[in-house]
Amino acid sequence: MTNLSPANEPLPSDAVEQEDLARDRAGRAPRSGWRMLLPTMTPWLAVGLALVVGITLFGVLGPYLVGDPQQIRDQGLTPPSGEFPLGTTQTGQDVLAQLAHATRGSLQIGFLVGVLATVLSAFFGIYGAYRGGIADEAFSLLSNVFLVIPGLPLVIVISGFVPRESRGLWTIAVVLALTSWAAAARVLRAQTLSVRGRDYVAASKVSGERPWRVIVVEILPNLLPVIASQFVFAVIAAVLGEAGLSFIGLGAANSATLGTMLFYAQNGFALSLGAWWWFLPPGIIIALLGTGLSLINFSIDEIINPKLKNLRQHRKRARRAARLERELAGRSAKEVAAR
Amino acid sequence: MTRVHVSDLVKEYTMRTGLRRSRLRAVDHVSLDLVPGRTVALVGESGSGKSTIAKILTRMESPTSGTVDVRLDDGTPVRGALYRRQVQMVFQDPFASLNPFHSIEHHVARPLRIHQRTRTADETHERVVEMLERVNLTPGAEFAARRPHELSGGQRQRVAIARALAPGSQVLIADEPVSMLDVSIRLGVLNLLGRLQREDRLAVLYITHDLATARHFSDEIVVLYRGRVVERGPADAVILDPHHDYTKLLAMAAPDPERVDRVTLGQEATDRGEIDNSVCFDHFAGEWQEAGVPADRAREPARPRSA
Repeated sequence: MTNLSPANEPLPSDAVEQEDLARDRAGRAPRSGWRMLLPTMTPWLAVGLALVVGITLFGVLGPYLVGDPQQIRDQGLTPPSGEFPLGTTQTGQDVLAQLAHATRGSLQIGFLVGVLATVLSAFFGIYGAYRGGIADEAFSLLSNVFLVIPGLPLVIVISGFVPRESRGLWTIAVVLALTSWAAAARVLRAQTLSVRGRDYVAASKVSGERPWRVIVVEILPNLLPVIASQFVFAVIAAVLGEAGLSFIGLGAANSATLGTMLFYAQNGFALSLGAWWWFLPPGIIIALLGTGLSLINFSIDEIINPKLKNLRQHRKRARRAARLERELAGRSAKEVAAR
Repeated sequence: MTRVHVSDLVKEYTMRTGLRRSRLRAVDHVSLDLVPGRTVALVGESGSGKSTIAKILTRMESPTSGTVDVRLDDGTPVRGALYRRQVQMVFQDPFASLNPFHSIEHHVARPLRIHQRTRTADETHERVVEMLERVNLTPGAEFAARRPHELSGGQRQRVAIARALAPGSQVLIADEPVSMLDVSIRLGVLNLLGRLQREDRLAVLYITHDLATARHFSDEIVVLYRGRVVERGPADAVILDPHHDYTKLLAMAAPDPERVDRVTLGQEATDRGEIDNSVCFDHFAGEWQEAGVPADRAREPARPRSA
């Protein structure tokens, strides 16, 4: 026991904690409930947001900045160069232009499916659980049935069944949404069952609040983090699902998505011809979009499960305490040396 | 002023275990009256049916049989939206009864808006501040902007009281309002309830398992045991001169080092369900009556088995 310190000397870890508390108290402006729902900014969240915002901007603004993606030239399969930053396809189409349009198409599908699936799951999950009784049993049965339907095979069958001419963006979106809402609905149902039994819900009913207000104003805000996380997950699933469908040639007719790009690259023997600039960019965009959305999802998880947040703050505090301790040790060593 | 006349309240729950069904009678022919300016304490152990009665009175549950008759002074029956305006409740757990998402202002403002007590947003805000200051949360404007997690248990319970009084309610059901609070602040909250009751001439049903606060706070005590009323009378009479075995047991449950043995003996008796709940001692009539039967039959005198 060489580093015995007097009892009244505060430990570095205590000092750090006190500092945190003091900052909390000083910075306590009246916070609204919405503030509580925002995830804490962490490096991971920043990376995720940067990826998603970057890809979204590319998808939204890119198509205006590039040329016609369908234009056929006589310079097929040129590697990346000054004129074509990402090279050209077998038929001489500009890969960068295609990529911009394809990103837009994939994001459109992803967003559309995300919204549709979230609305479906919120309705069947929350309303059924709140009403209870027959409504709950029926909605629960419905979501269980949809849950055990194998998603991709069904999507393939439906997409194959609908004639190619009438297989538009919406058809694919609806099909993807129908096969992906059930799991989220079950999670929301479980959460609603827990929330609706709380005293504050009973209290608002006793106050004479109307049922729709109880659901929308008292219950829904407490489910928002779950819904947000389910939405992000639905977008990832939709982008991947659509890419899969398009890759096997069952995507929306005359749409350009990352999946159709991969489909044409596959059909044009991009891999065996070594035209990496043709199939790598769409693959990388899909991977980065998935990564970014997942990172955002992890941050939302922290709101749902505050234990994760406490763990992170605890680690941060421990790291700072260790650093402070090292500094103190270094300083006292110097003092000893000076003496 | 509003009066509540509860008669022959019965609530049965259906229990399902596998394919079997059985019925549990949680409340068995309970009758009581709530009148303006008086507090009735409903005392009993967990599972005796106290909270079921509160739920029926606040219309969160409907009774299996029996009636809850609420009337204004002029004899008009209170129904529908007016019922919600007249009969309000303070919940047991102040940490669960306020929505963590919303500000304190929201909790007090909603009842005002629902029952059209205020019209404009400014007027509502003013009333909210006024209500908060009435329950000793000053400055009211500052508390109104806060969110529930920033308040202590006692402060939250005061918000819950302000919310219950916001619609201009005349009947207050307080379901163990202080049992989740620190001992040191219980008296403050109880005194606040007492003051508000005197000011507004509220009819209060105070549900508790603690005889000591029941005596401090109420005029009449009704002792509930396994769904039935086993003793009723003026607060002092019930506590100082308990007749029923169960009431004696409750009175003895207050910690007293000299009586430890007898309390534990009695506790075993209730656990085995050996206390007779077929009779009720009515201090007003000064006699034993049959319990768990319709009110008109209960007038017939009875003898307790154990006495």
